[in-house]
Amino acid sequence: MNDSSTLARAASADTMRRNDLRARGHAGFLAFVAHRVSGIVLALFLPLHFFALSQALSDPRALDGFLEWTRRPAVKFAETMLVLALAVHLAGGVRLLFVEFVGWRAEWQKTAIAMVAGTSLACALLFALNA
Amino acid sequence: MATPVEDPPLPHAPAGERSGVEPTFPVRIWRGSAGGAFQQFDVPRRASQTVLDVVTHVQRHLDPTLAYRYACRVGMCGSCAMSVNGKARWTCRTHVDAVATGATLEIAPLSNLPIVRDLVVDMAPFFDKWAAARGQFKPTATRHDEFAKVSPSSPARRAIDATIECIGCGVCYASCDVVGWKPDYLGPAALNRAWTLVNDVRDGEGVARLRAVAAEGGCQSCHTHQSCTRSCPKHLSPTASIAGLKRLVAQALVKGKL
Amino acid sequence: MTGAQPLEPLAQAGMRGARYAAWRFVLQRASAAVLALFVVVHLATIIYAVRHALSAQAIVARMHANVFWPAFYALFVVAVAVHAPLGLRAVADEWLGLRGRATDAALAVIALVLLGGGLYAVASLAG
Repeated sequence: MNDSSTLARAASADTMRRNDLRARGHAGFLAFVAHRVSGIVLALFLPLHFFALSQALSDPRALDGFLEWTRRPAVKFAETMLVLALAVHLAGGVRLLFVEFVGWRAEWQKTAIAMVAGTSLACALLFALNA
Repeated sequence: MATPVEDPPLPHAPAGERSGVEPTFPVRIWRGSAGGAFQQFDVPRRASQTVLDVVTHVQRHLDPTLAYRYACRVGMCGSCAMSVNGKARWTCRTHVDAVATGATLEIAPLSNLPIVRDLVVDMAPFFDKWAAARGQFKPTATRHDEFAKVSPSSPARRAIDATIECIGCGVCYASCDVVGWKPDYLGPAALNRAWTLVNDVRDGEGVARLRAVAAEGGCQSCHTHQSCTRSCPKHLSPTASIAGLKRLVAQALVKGKL
Repeated sequence: MTGAQPLEPLAQAGMRGARYAAWRFVLQRASAAVLALFVVVHLATIIYAVRHALSAQAIVARMHANVFWPAFYALFVVAVAVHAPLGLRAVADEWLGLRGRATDAALAVIALVLLGGGLYAVASLAG
């Protein structure tokens, strides 16, 4: 019987070759990498975010001190990168929701990816220039 | 599954009988099984040469032990699919001029499938997954029933038109990185066929097929890389088919029908 | 393959079965849709606060002025606690080779940590 362990054994790494970067140099794959990396960054950041907020919010003076710290250029840069990660993940995610639940049009795919990139950059710049 | 052959010692490739008469160019071809290596041959460069022509020349004139597959050699059967400069392609439809832009041409067996020997891969896992996705038509009518009447312009039939030309060549499967990362992922071809059958109003498999494609390793594992869609020599879009399956599975689930 | 009989589909038991996998998918996409909306609001409030250089008191006062904000952020935290572990599940499976019950259990723990930490932060916000 073909259960998943049989298929997994047949597909074990030492019997086959895998693709390298030459097969991956296209928009769809790059969009995936951006979406996944931004997701990982956000997942790692969130516990720190919750912790910092809970510390700072329990005491208004601590919050002021915290906000003061965030005015440093290195922190502003890190925050901009986080906003970029959030925007990339959001815009890319909306694109995927569209593809999966609204519909697929082949000629729109590259345009959609371009729009995701543009919107994310605009958002990050909007933050950076105002911060 | 065939047992891979021991890696042979790599002989020095003899010069072709026409060396010194025609210009040659270097071609690197994978030899052995997964633990093998590339071997370089100097192959005559000819006009309108395809990658299949190159491989055939090597086997006929330079090294008869080279193992490879082909059949129609005119872009109909998909048997000659190999990895050319890192991308899965039909070698009979790949002109050397179009791909050998750099110093050398690199020919390897398809990725993501066990290597039997040299350029030959074992297609069994590919077809096992096709079956696991319930990629077979399940008839419901008998000889006593009328022919099914399916309007060519109906949405379901138009969905089938876009997907039915798949000949099971394995190029999409070899191009898919999720297949490479997740051994139990059914892959683009199997799921594309499942979508084709789901849209067939004559088919009687019903929810069993939806369950087959919804389980771990099913349609949900697709991350919309679109490598399959880019590489399909028949210009099909498994990405679109898999998105369709995701939609159907989600609908069936929330309606309590999965 | 003789083709005499169709092969059995992948034997999928328990957490690998169709319904579990499909629920994971639906919850992932549903939480994504919720987050799409909430993140837009969150980004807008961040940019607004930064543009107007709001002080701590100002931010906290605005958050306290309306029960909407704590409710908003509480729902936000729940959506994140569903979405992030499911996303990490794919990363663990495909890039780290970690799959199975132990991995799913670890991800459930991560979900609870995010839920607890996030709701605690919201409680601090609500004062």
